[in-house]
Amino acid sequence: MKEKLVVIGNGMAGMRAVEELLEIAPDMYDIVVFGSEPYGNYNRILLSPVLAGEKTIDDIMLNTKEWYEEHDITLHAGKTVVDIDRRNRKVIADDGTEEGYDRLLMATGSNPFIIPVPGNDLPGVISFRDIADVDAMLVASKNYKHAVVIGGGLLGLEAANGLMQQGMHVTVVHLMDTLMERQMDAASGAMLKKSLEERGLNFLMSTETEAIVGEDRVKGVRFKGGLEIAADLVVMAVGIRPNKELAEKVGLHCERGVVVNDTMQTFDPRVYAVGECVQHRGETYGLVAPLFEQAKVCANHLARMGIAKYEGSVTSTKLKVTGIDLFSAGDFIGDETTESIVMQDAAAGIYKKVVLKDNRIQGAVMYGDTVDGAWYFQLMRDETDVSDFRKALMLGQAHLGDSGHGGENAAANMSDDMEVCGCNGVCKGDVVKAITSKGLFTLDDVRMHTKASSSCGSCTGLVEQILANTLGGDYSAAPHAKPMCKCTEHTHDDVRKAIRDEHLTSISAVMELMNWKTPNGCASCRPALNYYVISAWPAEAKDDPQSRFINERAHANIQKDGTYSVVPRMWGGLTTPKELRAIADVVEKFNVPEMKVTGGQRIDLFGIKKEDLPAVWADLNAAGMVSGHAYGKSLRTVKTCVGKTWCRFGTQDSTGLGVQLERLTWGSWMPHKFKIAVSGCPRNCAEATIKDIGVVCVDSGYELHVGGNGGIKVRVTDLLCKVETEEEVHEYTKAYIQLYREEAHYLERTAPWIERVGLAHIKQHVLDDAENRKALAARFDESQKYAQIDPWAERASEGVAKHEFTPLKEVG
Amino acid sequence: MAEWIEVGTVEDIPKLGARVVKTEQGNIGVFRTADDEVFALRDECPHKKGPLSQGIVHGKRVTCPLHNWNIELETGEVVAPDEGCAASFPIKLEGGKVYLSLSSKP
Repeated sequence: MKEKLVVIGNGMAGMRAVEELLEIAPDMYDIVVFGSEPYGNYNRILLSPVLAGEKTIDDIMLNTKEWYEEHDITLHAGKTVVDIDRRNRKVIADDGTEEGYDRLLMATGSNPFIIPVPGNDLPGVISFRDIADVDAMLVASKNYKHAVVIGGGLLGLEAANGLMQQGMHVTVVHLMDTLMERQMDAASGAMLKKSLEERGLNFLMSTETEAIVGEDRVKGVRFKGGLEIAADLVVMAVGIRPNKELAEKVGLHCERGVVVNDTMQTFDPRVYAVGECVQHRGETYGLVAPLFEQAKVCANHLARMGIAKYEGSVTSTKLKVTGIDLFSAGDFIGDETTESIVMQDAAAGIYKKVVLKDNRIQGAVMYGDTVDGAWYFQLMRDETDVSDFRKALMLGQAHLGDSGHGGENAAANMSDDMEVCGCNGVCKGDVVKAITSKGLFTLDDVRMHTKASSSCGSCTGLVEQILANTLGGDYSAAPHAKPMCKCTEHTHDDVRKAIRDEHLTSISAVMELMNWKTPNGCASCRPALNYYVISAWPAEAKDDPQSRFINERAHANIQKDGTYSVVPRMWGGLTTPKELRAIADVVEKFNVPEMKVTGGQRIDLFGIKKEDLPAVWADLNAAGMVSGHAYGKSLRTVKTCVGKTWCRFGTQDSTGLGVQLERLTWGSWMPHKFKIAVSGCPRNCAEATIKDIGVVCVDSGYELHVGGNGGIKVRVTDLLCKVETEEEVHEYTKAYIQLYREEAHYLERTAPWIERVGLAHIKQHVLDDAENRKALAARFDESQKYAQIDPWAERASEGVAKHEFTPLKEVG
Repeated sequence: MAEWIEVGTVEDIPKLGARVVKTEQGNIGVFRTADDEVFALRDECPHKKGPLSQGIVHGKRVTCPLHNWNIELETGEVVAPDEGCAASFPIKLEGGKVYLSLSSKP
């Protein structure tokens, strides 16, 4: 017998929890849902655009009644649960319907707060909460003229804007002297008020309502001080209160909301709660992103996986009034321990304020130009140290110039036919359509359905912005800590830490200890785990070829027709007639269709059949050449310039140093590909300043530059330091590489890694602490003992992995 | 009746891996799961003909090495939201030996 799950509340939070549950444990429960409203589940956030006439009710449905049928969910729409018999485990609805439960999920949402003034129950006084309210407002707008909205917060302004769009004369009454005072400071609030006034809204600020007047229907509103204005419709939008009535009635512990722990469980262990009705660690939430995070955690526990934990959310706000851009997040007021950076251009209608504490963003408020909102929010949640780019912070991400991979800023200004994702050919219109027609909310959803941002990831920021713009206000990007992949709740950092602390030396040990959701991972986590265990325990962990991408398993690069390309190593880009002859012989012997000089100063042989690879390698080995690792997340090449021997500008023996560095570092596995260059003088002909580490020789020594890359978005290196001897170059290089190997996430190049952790972090570990530097370098040397074995030679002459290169059978 | 061709032993195929059987009608990938189940698919991704035998095997799926499409080993069906199907071939295991039939499943 399946267990029975009863859900009270057919809103966004409750149904999101059900969807998450169906995803991970589709057959675990018989599910019954009660909802007071006579509809399926709809997107409450988008009621404002419905009111403004920009969307229809059909546009905002998330789960139709057919959806419930398809998933064998019993939906009691239009029935309100009025009692829970916890002893006998059943719920009772207002029409007498009873349902027993094994587990109960309360998602009763919130109620609008109705201010206690005379006349608040007159016909024509409504709140702004559900479809019925919107219907009432639309009807009123056709028959009446004057609307008064009480409350100048987010919801009130959206209601006022909608009613104005419907042709009403609207006055907004606000108790405070700043609109949206929880999201805006005085300066931005004043700008908002001005532009709403220009659109035709009227405001009564610092005004307290005394009574609503009228007999059969509302006629006007009277304020303290005696002012009275005409009103045919009054909308109360002064706030919401968690709907805890039922929970309180049945004796569940409540404070401001239904109190839950980090697993979304109430004080009755069979009863869970999510959404706006909930109070978690003293906080209640009214935005959608936190509710979805709660839903995910709750589903995990309902499915008895028992590993997820909700630790609270950081939220941001955006007003869904077309043409008005405002954004706020976190603590944007500040106190004596914080500093503020403010940029204000009244004529252009732009205001930005960022509050910092110890060079970390605590909050931000922006008006007029909010393109960098998502970026500030990201920096805030990641607690990024902004000291390296503090001067450019207010100019926005676009002005950082070479930020490697981050979000772009143009989302709102893009036309529908402009391409968002260059890898998969996805245009903005495709993304917007998928979000609206399929009801998508998260980056992962968009990746699955459109492929945008699913390949190189460089458009992730752009896609997140499109999500934010399309969904409107409450979207808040991905959760603070992103899980490695769908097979786990754990982040890259969690997993790396567990591997070190718990001495895990195999992929299966990690999966077992960390409760992997899938039996043997996926194509995303397995290569990462394989790298993490072998980089943490080089002497003990055994490499798992089946968890490597084909290129690293076959030690050559797969091409689109299934053949492979081969790049032999040429130390520092130097070569000899003997090597070139051997390469030429291989090309003729194996009918290699094309050869090409690479950007890393090597020769690439294209179109080699997989079965021929060991024989090709044997011939190259015979001439003294080893694998060039052009296929690996590993040290690729050390590029050098002409060098002091020939170049009239050369300072140090840069070519010799390049060869030494390549001899030191070849064979090492890395989180991503890794490139080095050495230039003999500041003219920098080896292009060292767009490499993962670049050495620029100067007369007095060597400059070490880190964190550069060419590729999707060019990032120029940061100067790490200057040293005087070749030995120091060796030591610093090894230490820096090892730090990267130990800390970066798999498939994260040094450029985004350094932007994530900050250059100061690298300097602290590699520069300031000599002992730590030596320890890092020693760990690199130790790891190289096991890595510097030519994989080609093993396969060419020792028969290693023979099965990889021979067919199982030839038939016919 | 299907004609069964012996192509090797289960042990010849790496766990969570694949080998290729070359036939006159093109390559067939023979896959082995962690639980020693064996499946055969035409070695061409329905997307852009990537050799599926070179992909990473997980659960009862393989991820194409070219563009990361996921294919169900049992049916050859592409995992949603992508769409398509790779032809699958019957496999019989007897005494540790793997037999393949070239008449593709209906």
